[in-house]
Amino acid sequence: MAEEKKEMEVHEQEKVQTEGAERMRSRPTFVPRADIYETDENVLLTVDMPGASEDTIDITLEKDTLTIRANSTHDGPEGYALAFAEFEAGDYERNFRLTDRIDRDNIHAVYTDGVLKLTLPKAEEAKARKISVKTS
Amino acid sequence: MYRSFRTPSLWRDMDRLQRDMNRLFSLYSPSTMRRAPRYPAINIWVCDDCQFVSAEMPGVDIEDIDINVDGDTLTISGELGADEVPEGTHVHRKERGAGKFSRTIQLPYPVDTEKVEASFKNGILSITLPHIEAVKPKKIAITS
Repeated sequence: MAEEKKEMEVHEQEKVQTEGAERMRSRPTFVPRADIYETDENVLLTVDMPGASEDTIDITLEKDTLTIRANSTHDGPEGYALAFAEFEAGDYERNFRLTDRIDRDNIHAVYTDGVLKLTLPKAEEAKARKISVKTS
Repeated sequence: MYRSFRTPSLWRDMDRLQRDMNRLFSLYSPSTMRRAPRYPAINIWVCDDCQFVSAEMPGVDIEDIDINVDGDTLTISGELGADEVPEGTHVHRKERGAGKFSRTIQLPYPVDTEKVEASFKNGILSITLPHIEAVKPKKIAITS
């Protein structure tokens, strides 16, 4: 029997809940979807942020927290009326807690086609090491 | 000749109640946004002689996108490839999807297929669809 290819599903964008502090901007802020992978050498973080651009993305590392922020600007063309809307332009924000097993000086980020890919290399001590067993 | 006798349907009344409740909630819902039934989520903008469709498709390769226009129907289809990760990668979290998609949208106005333009930037597909001549707005002079 032929294998059915999985169909794409739509996920509703989750909005950031503001606790206490009021938002300065009138646009919504979304929590972008992310995938986290770990290999022997690196931790890879892939974050979906359509509509942002390299200049509006802000990645900061403070103590243990990696914060990713971006603004998206894909409002419709001038002079047009919005007839039907399923997504909004807004800001993106998401935090991640890093362990100290990450080499913080060599974090590398690339943004293509609406996806931010972060490569967080593991600190030397954290890389998997083979331990050889000696027989006495 | 016989008279057909219809038993009152319990479901019909329940359906009507459901529809009224839906209508009530949609009136008071805070936003006029709809949940996208299919991928990708789209926005449609209209001006006097043109329509503009934008679709959110982060991570899709431009080569994997197919756009088809027929009359007033627009079909966007393609495939979002899965991330390429080396063998033996441990997955901590997987929130993003992958797979084939196809969405057909009925546009408000019929399109001049020769003049359709599309661009893809930062994960957003933008399609400009001019109206056919017949539906462009025309000034009507009043004769006295």
